[in-house]
Amino acid sequence: MSVPIPYYLALSALLFTMGVVGVLVRRNALVIFMSIELMLNSVNLTFVAFARQFGTVEGQVTVFFVMVIAAVEVVVGLSIIIAIFRTRDTMDIDDVDLLRG
Amino acid sequence: MPLVLIIAFPLLGWLLNGLLGGYLPRRMVGVVGSAAVGFSFLIALNAVQQPERAEPWVVPLYTWIAAGDFVVRAGLLLDRLSSTMILVVTGVGFLIHVYSIGYMAEDPAAPRYFSYLNLFVASMLLLVLGDSLLVLFVGWELVGLCSYLLIGFWFERDRAASAGRKAFVVNRIGDAGFLLGMILLAVTAGTLDIGRIGERAASIAPPALTAITLLLFIGATGKSAQLPLYTWLPDAMEGPTPVSALIHAATMVTAGVYMIARLHPLFMRAELTQMVVAAVGAATAFFAATIALVQWDLKRVLAYSTISQLGYMFLAMGVAAMPAGMFHLTTHAFFKALLFLAAGSVMHAMHGAIDMRRLGGLGRPLRFTMWSFLIGALALAGVPPFAGFFSKDLILEQAFLRADGGAVLLLWMAGVLTSLVTAVYITRAAIMTFAPPSAHHVAPHEAPPSMWWPMAALAVLSIGGGALGAQSAGRPMVQGLQEFFGLTAHEGAAAPLWLALLTPAVALLGIAVGYFAYRGRRQINLGRVGTFLELEWYLEPLYDRVIAGNAKRVGRVLATTVELRVIDGAVNGIGLAAVRAGASLRRLQTGYVRNYAAAILAGTVLLIGWWLLR
Amino acid sequence: MTFPYLSALLFLPLCGAVVVALLGRRRSDAIRWTGLAASLAALGVAAVVFLRFASGTAGMQFEERAVWVPAAGISYHVGVDGISLPLVLLTAVIMPLALLSSWTSVTERVKEFTVSMLVLQTALLGTFLSLDLVLFYVFWDAVLVPMYFIIGLWGGSRRAYAAFKFILYTMAGSALMLVAIISLYLQSGPAGARSFDLLALRDVVVPMPLQAWLFGAFALAFAIKVPVWPLHTWLPDAHTEAPTAGSVVLAAVLLKMGTYGFLRFLLPLFPEATRQFAPLFAILAVIGILYGGAVSWAQSDMKRLVAMSSVSHLGFVTLGAFALTVEALQGSLLQMVNHGISTGGLFLLVGVLYDRTHSRLMADYGGVAALMPRFAVVATIIMLSSMALPGTNGFVGEFLILLGAFRVAPIYVVFAVGGVILSAVYLLWMYQRVMHGPVVVAARPRVVEITSRELLIFVPLILLIFGIGLYPAPLLQRSEASVRALLERVEARR
Repeated sequence: MSVPIPYYLALSALLFTMGVVGVLVRRNALVIFMSIELMLNSVNLTFVAFARQFGTVEGQVTVFFVMVIAAVEVVVGLSIIIAIFRTRDTMDIDDVDLLRG
Repeated sequence: MPLVLIIAFPLLGWLLNGLLGGYLPRRMVGVVGSAAVGFSFLIALNAVQQPERAEPWVVPLYTWIAAGDFVVRAGLLLDRLSSTMILVVTGVGFLIHVYSIGYMAEDPAAPRYFSYLNLFVASMLLLVLGDSLLVLFVGWELVGLCSYLLIGFWFERDRAASAGRKAFVVNRIGDAGFLLGMILLAVTAGTLDIGRIGERAASIAPPALTAITLLLFIGATGKSAQLPLYTWLPDAMEGPTPVSALIHAATMVTAGVYMIARLHPLFMRAELTQMVVAAVGAATAFFAATIALVQWDLKRVLAYSTISQLGYMFLAMGVAAMPAGMFHLTTHAFFKALLFLAAGSVMHAMHGAIDMRRLGGLGRPLRFTMWSFLIGALALAGVPPFAGFFSKDLILEQAFLRADGGAVLLLWMAGVLTSLVTAVYITRAAIMTFAPPSAHHVAPHEAPPSMWWPMAALAVLSIGGGALGAQSAGRPMVQGLQEFFGLTAHEGAAAPLWLALLTPAVALLGIAVGYFAYRGRRQINLGRVGTFLELEWYLEPLYDRVIAGNAKRVGRVLATTVELRVIDGAVNGIGLAAVRAGASLRRLQTGYVRNYAAAILAGTVLLIGWWLLR
Repeated sequence: MTFPYLSALLFLPLCGAVVVALLGRRRSDAIRWTGLAASLAALGVAAVVFLRFASGTAGMQFEERAVWVPAAGISYHVGVDGISLPLVLLTAVIMPLALLSSWTSVTERVKEFTVSMLVLQTALLGTFLSLDLVLFYVFWDAVLVPMYFIIGLWGGSRRAYAAFKFILYTMAGSALMLVAIISLYLQSGPAGARSFDLLALRDVVVPMPLQAWLFGAFALAFAIKVPVWPLHTWLPDAHTEAPTAGSVVLAAVLLKMGTYGFLRFLLPLFPEATRQFAPLFAILAVIGILYGGAVSWAQSDMKRLVAMSSVSHLGFVTLGAFALTVEALQGSLLQMVNHGISTGGLFLLVGVLYDRTHSRLMADYGGVAALMPRFAVVATIIMLSSMALPGTNGFVGEFLILLGAFRVAPIYVVFAVGGVILSAVYLLWMYQRVMHGPVVVAARPRVVEITSRELLIFVPLILLIFGIGLYPAPLLQRSEASVRALLERVEARR
């Protein structure tokens, strides 16, 4: 008994949308970061679902890549956030606009 | 004896004095310079007497320029015309060199002086002997260069430097015309070889021929200081006086006359150009003579006199009396060199003073100089039996015969009138310089022998030179040239007797007028006429302010307004526009991560939407 | 397999640059001598090429070809013919002189300077030698880099502005040229058979509207480089601010890249468009001749004056290039060399004065001829060459250009002759203000006679001035066949 593919896709779309909205509306850098992870994982879910559907392995391999990259990203991203927190004493990204033109 | 040596010797002298002159004893420098020209003169004498002289003697040298269909072979050409010229150039040039030994004895820059002088003679010889118009042009421009170098010889003086520059620039204006004429000739006739030009002259269409000759004549007005490009010559007085003698007598200014004679196959076929040449010549002759009346500087009087006498030569060229013109060129070389050397002797004695208001009474201490000057003056005024009489008379006679009652008669009348004015101004100059009372406190001393024996030689030539073209002596020179130019005209119609008597009568009248007007007087107030003449008929202010001033102003406006504001302004404007555009676009960069994320989202949605709906 | 002369010529300076780069920073003398030796070695090779060049041949000689990017039809293809030969020789002659001129005036960062100059030489030679459009483009843009540093690091007070302007101007032109090169490549045949080879591209007939656009893109790049009026305003700034050696190379060689481009690329690749636009270029050239002359006259800065005079002189070269007659083209080619000698010489002269007083303003000088008589003689000769006095090199070129142009369009020549007058006006004006008059030099004790090293720089120039002026045949003979072939190519596609 397998769950039909549209269910996976619907869940993935839901998670992705939650991630996007999270990135756009939240102010806490950590939460935004978690939202990004949410988006990545929703894509992972799609990959796995299709891989299973078509019985191929490429989708699953790609997921490993994404997970590795996500891990790397966490390392870099968290260290940036910590650096900002140390110098500015805040996690609110609206206070950080050094790149304003 | 190879013809090349005639040019090679002065060139050698130029190099020797130019490179090593500083190491030679001062005296040697002058000797080397004079010897170079002296040898050249001897070779010229020898060459002229060789049997080849009857035929044009062509010495091809090498192919100078060959590009496409255009080929210039450099070579030398000795025929009757150029033999006359090389003798004048080297002969009179040699005397002036010798004179310079004494004149420049005190000047530490003598090596430079003599090397320039030798280069001058070499350039002139190249001009005379060149068998291609382009080779002639090399000499033509080089004499311009030499005049620049020598007029500005004492370059520490601003006036001298400016005069030299003026000479070069004015010459260049004429040369631009010459260049155009030469190019037009090369394109229509297909050659610049002087021999071939003669052969092909008949096949050139008349309008083109007129254009060519008029353009070449522009060059001649520059080089020979005719209207309207005469202004450089009076200023050329800033150079050492022997240089003036060289420029006025042996080299440079006669080049224009010579060029027309050289290209007579072209000029004789161009009726309109001949009229223009004759008219410009006659007008210049009269114009310059009147200005000479009011000059205070002795050398400037002589300068305007040269311009005026050159006018006669052009008149002769214009009325197809080329032999007469060449004859006058020769005699003029003798007596004008003499006059200048005498003036130089005055300057030498007076420690550089040349303003006639500060001279006077020099006849007693400078007896020899005075007599030389007087001989030159009588020759210039056209008193028989001095050389100038024969040549000037011949020109006027030919003009009269050519006119035959037509419009050219006006030119003849201008010539006669000029003759009168000439006698007046040279008498004035002689009286103011040599007759008492003296207006100075210097004890002048006569020049050293090296200066006076060239003057003596020239004095002899000024007295006897007329024999070259005198009727009684069989006109050896004129006769020969007559054949050369292929002229038989006017021989039958002999001039009426009254004509032969008119010119000496006019000359004597002029001398009398001058004598009675200026005897014992320093100055005559001519009122407005005087001012008019002093301002060179208002041509001087016209040139200086209107033309030169405005040209400079145009340059300034272009350099400041157009260059910096308009063109560079446009360039900088484009740069500024880019900067501005960047400045307005940078507002999009808010620095908030959220905005970037939203932009990315919007872009993604748009892309996907376009992809789905297209 | 014959000896690869051209590659040797091309890479000798580059090898010199590598050696210099390996030398210790402190060893200034060793660096200078190495640089000079490398450029002299290149001159030797260039001389051999010049002497062994077969005169009557129109085609490429000493050709070398090696695959580079075969898939895209790009190859390392170099060769020399009568059109590039004079410029190759000019580059080889000027470079050692430029290095000599900076012997004492460049004292800081000698190593970087020498490396820049040598790299510049390789790039310049490459521009003249390449027969592959991509290779050409690489060298063309490679020239900018060392030149940018030469102006920007060793220049005068406004060097940053000048260097920036120089690089922006020329980059703007060359970017469009790159587009045109690629477009031309796409026209050269079906996929797989395409090529960037110039010799192959010459036979490609580009349809007309496109040809005009490609012509425009190439022409813009070249016109900026020449520079053709009114695209010239980078030139006075770059010249004025560059150090002496930079100005010399800029004037003598860099500007020729543009005029060379006219002859090598515009005329054979786009003959129809060339004929169509030739009058436009002739008009711009004549404007440039007169405008450059008039503006030069009003300058107070010697370097600026000489720079503006280049606009005037290169107007003659442009006029000759677009007159499309044998005489004019040969004159144009000769005049490129002449301008390199005379204007390069003028910049060297200004450099000699600048080294002594650190002023470029004419007002700070006067009566220099009295203090430096030997220098005055040298200056006179070079000035006369720039004025195109008969007997010097300038006259032959100028006369041929005017003559050739007169055959097709007399009216342009009538105006161009004005430039002959103007050149006398502004050069004599400068000469008088600097050399003549009473001695009023600000730093009189420092204005001493030129040294023998400085004199050594001028001797080759003077020899060339009179050599070419009196006997131009060695150059004219070598270029004639190529020029004729080029014109036939332009006329054939009528």
